[in-house]
Amino acid sequence: MNFDYNEEQQLLADSVRRFLQKDYDFEKRKQIVASPQGASDQVWGTFAQMGLTSLPLSPDYGGFGGGAVDLMGVLEAFGEALVVEPYVPTLLGALLVAKGGSAAQKQAILPAVAEGRIKLAFAHTEAGARFDLSHVKATLEKGEKKAVLGAPQADKLVVSTTSGVYLVDKKDVEVKAHRTIDDRAAGDVIFRKMKAEQLQGGLELVEEAVDFATALACAEAVGAMKYACDATLEYLKTRKQFGVPIGTFQALQHRIVDMYIAQEQARSMACLACSKVDSSENADDRKRSVSAAKIKIGDNARHISQEAVQLHGGMGMSEELKISHTFRRLTLLAQLYGDADHHLERFSSL
Amino acid sequence: MDLNYSPEEQAFRDEVRAWLNANLPADLKEKVASYAHLSREDLLRWHRILAKKGWVAPGWPKEWGGTGWNVVQRYIFEEELGYVGAPPLIPFGLTMCAAVLLRFGTEAQKKRFLPRIYNGDDFWCQGYSEPGSGSDLASLKTKAVRNGDSYLVTGQKIWTTLAHYADWIFCLVRTDPSGEKRQEGISFILMDMKSPGVTVRPLILMDGAHEVNEVFFDEVKVPADQLVHEEGKGWTVAKYLLGHERLNTGRIGGSKRELAALKEYAKDRKDARFRDRLARLEIELMALEITNLRFLDRMRRTGQPPGADVSMLKIKGTEIQQGLTELALQAADPAASDELSVALQKRYMSMRKTTIYAGSNEIQRNIIAKMTLGL
Repeated sequence: MNFDYNEEQQLLADSVRRFLQKDYDFEKRKQIVASPQGASDQVWGTFAQMGLTSLPLSPDYGGFGGGAVDLMGVLEAFGEALVVEPYVPTLLGALLVAKGGSAAQKQAILPAVAEGRIKLAFAHTEAGARFDLSHVKATLEKGEKKAVLGAPQADKLVVSTTSGVYLVDKKDVEVKAHRTIDDRAAGDVIFRKMKAEQLQGGLELVEEAVDFATALACAEAVGAMKYACDATLEYLKTRKQFGVPIGTFQALQHRIVDMYIAQEQARSMACLACSKVDSSENADDRKRSVSAAKIKIGDNARHISQEAVQLHGGMGMSEELKISHTFRRLTLLAQLYGDADHHLERFSSL
Repeated sequence: MDLNYSPEEQAFRDEVRAWLNANLPADLKEKVASYAHLSREDLLRWHRILAKKGWVAPGWPKEWGGTGWNVVQRYIFEEELGYVGAPPLIPFGLTMCAAVLLRFGTEAQKKRFLPRIYNGDDFWCQGYSEPGSGSDLASLKTKAVRNGDSYLVTGQKIWTTLAHYADWIFCLVRTDPSGEKRQEGISFILMDMKSPGVTVRPLILMDGAHEVNEVFFDEVKVPADQLVHEEGKGWTVAKYLLGHERLNTGRIGGSKRELAALKEYAKDRKDARFRDRLARLEIELMALEITNLRFLDRMRRTGQPPGADVSMLKIKGTEIQQGLTELALQAADPAASDELSVALQKRYMSMRKTTIYAGSNEIQRNIIAKMTLGL
């Protein structure tokens, strides 16, 4: 039993956090969000140099064979800084290729991902699917996927259809780009008579890959929660009313204590999800743990983000302050890959 | 990061579980499972079975009977005690008074009291709260006046758990009423409950149970060698006890057992609303278990006491315990009159105490606000 990051994991998380503090502060992030592309190639290049794009890939394809636990600290730092680059979507696509691709497909895709030369996205969710991963109506003939994270920036997409999972060039589909509520680039992906290469695997492959991404989303949420709690605590200590810092009021003290407790509980469940997607030997055990984690993280993301805004008062509502953007990120993460209700269904059915 | 117990720890758990299953008397197990009343003799019988095995006070130094287990082994042991459904080990002597004596007691005090605590010869209770001093404990008024070789103690304690079973009580008393800083006038004394002038009066709680009492002191003579630490240092002792390493404040094992029993009890209930409540509570317990293990792991590595972390475990642990009783109440047939259903109704009422006792959950939040968050 050991709940610490090992030395390599800690060093990596620290260096990512240092980079983000220096080159990805809130002002810099605003500029990136305001750019037409909505993400920075320069930042992506640094991620690749730091090994973030290669870490979870197999050494056979230029990677280091890392797992979700190796990435936890990185995703926490991303959550604190509200990174908008399509990191998890790219890893999700890479995982699908790694698990379902032929040797040739892997050779064509994975080294390029590792080196930061290409980005990927997974086009899966369709209108009316809610969070049901088995709800797929698209065929190679005709299909439309909704709100695909990272689609506008992706070079290649993994697309699910009724006949399986395919790898496709972005130029062979149409992407209608939009921004998510937390300022990430996403897009509806539309295709007709798609020219695509099939990957091996169906629903089980998708479930495994999405569980991996869900565990990473849990870690990202924990980072965003940490920022929300720390910023709120700082505000309680500095904001004065009635001649004293508002943090002297017990009504507010108890509320921020509950935020910190919620953060610790969420962190515990993120540890569970990440270690289970890495080491679980049976799919039900993995699914049950990931769902449990996502329920707790969904509930606590909502609790913490709402309280952070409330305790900041009007300032919490303001576009100018990072806390309102953290609110948006936590709101999105609570929904992403299944909200608490969806995961309650899955948890209870296992 | 590795959330799994090591093979050695797993083997230790198996050994503990096997022994507990073989040695917990069936009638006691049944009483605990059905939330029946546990008598003084029931509690002491189980205490003595563990004492004979050498497992009643694992955390004590080896010279006084401790097992030498590390914190993880001790946590596993406590979890298994809860999980098997053993009668509780009453903490007032074993963990509280003993911790104080081991830290602040004289050699003579240790020799006089520790073996008797270990063997279950003396039943202890705790004299802290007073009618006017609950959360604001330092305002306590029970006075102890030095008179030659002894103190004369006059005043009243309240909510004194199992005082009606107790042979001894440890008390916070005011030895100096004049002090500018009220904490400095408090002392920690040990009192024989059979002393003339001690009166115990039952307080019956809403579930009908006699568990807590009022204890009155009318010029009770307490020999001065029953003062622990220096006169006026009682608050230091109390604070030490507050931050004293407690490994299973969240009561994970007991809640796991109750959750399993509840699932079995409610297995025919198919409605989704109930199922979701149960699932959320189960997940809350999963999270608390991991949080508890994270703190334990940190304690093991740093050697630091858990401090305000214990407050978090107390808050979440008691909320879960109460949540379990709420669901059990809900799962029962509203028209049921069988013994178990009645016991579950009483249990629901009784467990409201958990967020009040041992430092109310509001006081725990104050502690976290101050100690952890610096507010």
